[in-house]
Amino acid sequence: MSASPTLRRLGLLTPALATIGLLVGVPLLLMFWISLLQKGGTSGVDWASVPSGANYLRLVWEEDFDGTMIVNTSYLLILLRSVLQAALTTGLCLLFGLPVALWMAGLGRTQRDIMLLLITIPFWTNLLVRNYAWLIILREDGLVAQTVNAVSPFGPVQLLYNDLAVAIGLTYSFLPFMILPLYTVFEKFDWRLLEAAHDLGATRARALRRVVLPIAGPGILAGSLLVFIPCLGAFVTPALLGGGKTLMLGNIIQMQFGASRNWPFGAALSVVLLALMLIVMTSVALLRNRRAK
Amino acid sequence: MSGSSAVSIRNISKSFGRGASAVRVLDDVSVEIGEREFFTLLGPSGCGKTTLLRLIAGFELADRGVIAIGGQDLTQTPPFRRPVNTVFQSYALFPHLTVEQNVGFALEEQGMARDKIRSRVGEALEMVRMHSFARRRPSELSGGQQQRVALARALAPRPQVLLLDEPLSALDLKLRKEMQIELKQLQAEAGITFLFVTHDQEEALTLSDRVAVMQGGHILQMGPPREIYEAPTHRFVADFIGDINLLEAEALPGDQLRIGQGVTLPMAHGKAGAVTLAIRPERARLTAPGAGTLDATLIHSAYLGTALLHKLELPGGGTFLLRQSEVAQTPLESGSRVGLALPADALRVLDQ
Amino acid sequence: MNIRRFPMTREVSLLVLAYLYVPVLVLVVYSFNANRTATIWSHASLDWYGRILTNPSIQAATVNSLILAFAAAIGATTFALLAALATSRAFPRRGAVEAVLNMPLILPEIVVAVATLMLFVALGVQLGLGAMILAHTAFCIPFAYLPIRARLEGMSRSYEEAAQDLYANRFRTFRRVTLPLLWPGILAGFTLAFVTSLDDFLTSFFLSGPGTTTLPVYIFSAIRAGITPEINAISTVMLVISVLLVSLSFFLSRLRR
Repeated sequence: MSASPTLRRLGLLTPALATIGLLVGVPLLLMFWISLLQKGGTSGVDWASVPSGANYLRLVWEEDFDGTMIVNTSYLLILLRSVLQAALTTGLCLLFGLPVALWMAGLGRTQRDIMLLLITIPFWTNLLVRNYAWLIILREDGLVAQTVNAVSPFGPVQLLYNDLAVAIGLTYSFLPFMILPLYTVFEKFDWRLLEAAHDLGATRARALRRVVLPIAGPGILAGSLLVFIPCLGAFVTPALLGGGKTLMLGNIIQMQFGASRNWPFGAALSVVLLALMLIVMTSVALLRNRRAK
Repeated sequence: MSGSSAVSIRNISKSFGRGASAVRVLDDVSVEIGEREFFTLLGPSGCGKTTLLRLIAGFELADRGVIAIGGQDLTQTPPFRRPVNTVFQSYALFPHLTVEQNVGFALEEQGMARDKIRSRVGEALEMVRMHSFARRRPSELSGGQQQRVALARALAPRPQVLLLDEPLSALDLKLRKEMQIELKQLQAEAGITFLFVTHDQEEALTLSDRVAVMQGGHILQMGPPREIYEAPTHRFVADFIGDINLLEAEALPGDQLRIGQGVTLPMAHGKAGAVTLAIRPERARLTAPGAGTLDATLIHSAYLGTALLHKLELPGGGTFLLRQSEVAQTPLESGSRVGLALPADALRVLDQ
Repeated sequence: MNIRRFPMTREVSLLVLAYLYVPVLVLVVYSFNANRTATIWSHASLDWYGRILTNPSIQAATVNSLILAFAAAIGATTFALLAALATSRAFPRRGAVEAVLNMPLILPEIVVAVATLMLFVALGVQLGLGAMILAHTAFCIPFAYLPIRARLEGMSRSYEEAAQDLYANRFRTFRRVTLPLLWPGILAGFTLAFVTSLDDFLTSFFLSGPGTTTLPVYIFSAIRAGITPEINAISTVMLVISVLLVSLSFFLSRLRR
């Protein structure tokens, strides 16, 4: 054959790898460097400043009027809220996603394909538009709000711009990410195992707990990762449904590139987000390895 | 061997994988295949027969050795410059092209004029009686029809050698028998060398001018079907092809062989020590007790329609199959003593 | 008892389907509402669709979005096709290569978006359509790659061997056999890349320069300025386009070989 296969493969891979390397890899490296610099200049970065960890310290301490360092919890609280919000969303997605995936796997072929399409479509439709739909529904003069307020014993209730609204929106946004990997596991499930469990005297609930759920383990882990990680960095949902009152990491990152114009601090916040993501992914990988043993 | 060599394979070796996990699939294999010969590579899966075929087609390159086709060294030539065509096990008919376009594919690649392609495609389809299906897609054809189209496609460019990779294995038994006859006729008609790969020993014996039996990357024995069947030289060959009885024996000096306890036969063997004796079930005969080479006990007889198959127990332990064609005789009772005659010309002394 | 049916799963599933689709349906219904306030129903009308057709900002944003999506999808699909050809068929380092290709899927989009913004500014790349095309091409690659690779994996190697056996050289084999057989996968990949780019908000939000707004960016700033039925109408149009394209891709992927 002509040219060596290794060389040909390298040539075929170069455009894709170079594009992602230059437009994803290199920017991340630069971002890490900028996170060590100071803000300033028209571009938001003082390129001549001495690298330091000051931007990371700003997450916890802040300089008082007289120059003493005091603890500032506002960023930590936002960080905590992001993690809790992501955890809550993951839990909700699991709670609703598991029965759906289980039900889909038991359907006939055609019905299964239709369900698969129905679950996949929201995944591909515009995130902004879908969150906007909830904005309309939850608004004071919206459908749900009016219904709730009509029966509420506590007087008018504000449905929008709180943590619950954000949780609803995030669950809505990322539910397909949970259902699809779970479905993939259940689709390959050998139903004879369940028959065997029943044959051995397990009730429906116990068979579910002792046979189905352990087998779904990898799917649950994969789905949880797929929901948790984008939730951590969510921007659109808290921006629309949280209305600037319940900020998440994504929102304060965006602010540093908008009004605040503090790029190095925005870069540091982004690095923190990446670090959080890495911690979660590593823990899941460790968990998976332990299970595999 | 008839005429000059159409395919000449000399000292071919091929391994897959690297380092410690490397597997040697072909080990120093040499074969000469003659013009217009129907030559078959026969062996169990993993014996290297398909790899050898793929090396000749050019889909893989040999680690060592030389492959020449029509006297030309083509060892390093890519498949599209080799004057051979392949009938694939899965047929590999292009699903996006019609039957006609499939058969004309190679001719177009060779730059043949359009009207000439049309007449050649017509001829090729005529040859496999698929003319009326020219406009169909492969997915609209049955397995047997796809098989015929695959043949026509490979024959249309008139290759020097046609390679057939288990082409009949996907067909049911009845269709397979029909296709075997057609293949044989087609080869006579086309007048080109066929190199056929199969694991089906009956197919190999029926179709071939010569058969090479392969195992573990080696050719164990090569020869006309009758010779392979009647005079196997290896235990593996004897066992792989048809039913056979294998008896452990000891070669004694003075052209004597001892089978079990106290039974000796006169036979020229030229060996010493432990050997294996092979005899086909239909070559042994039943006699009255004491009148044969040795005595045995009948365990069971099975009626096969055209013959009886007796299962006998030998005095030293071990069983013996005997096929008796004269069914008209009175049936023997299980457990009765019989004599077993082993004609010297039916016995083979095998390499272990 | 059907062993495959668990109690309540059907009810929960229907509830989830309602949860997924009712908000979108409400949005669509309100887009036909004649009333100026987006959430109070008066009577059906196509007024707002008429408005968006004549709104010059929306027209400009639509043109930008389409140019962006076409350019990014063509680039991403081409690169993904080449990469898939390299990684299929016993490629030992496929895991590592795919880890790189999937980076845009795993990393939080906001991080990659601001990082790209900083890189472009540092390098003096002008923000706008060109910058967006570059960034979109990168994150569309994994979306285009998946269906193409799936198609390649499902394609028997023997078709290409047969073509070579029938005297087609490497290039001719690719053109006459590989490419036609791969076509549904390539189209599916292109469609997914196109939808992904068309729907993207965050990356465009950071990289769009003055006068190069895309539709999602326009919608976002419009929502910020106040909810109007006009937004409902343009959102509905975007939804319909996405659903059509995704369904198309879905059926292409399932096309019989």
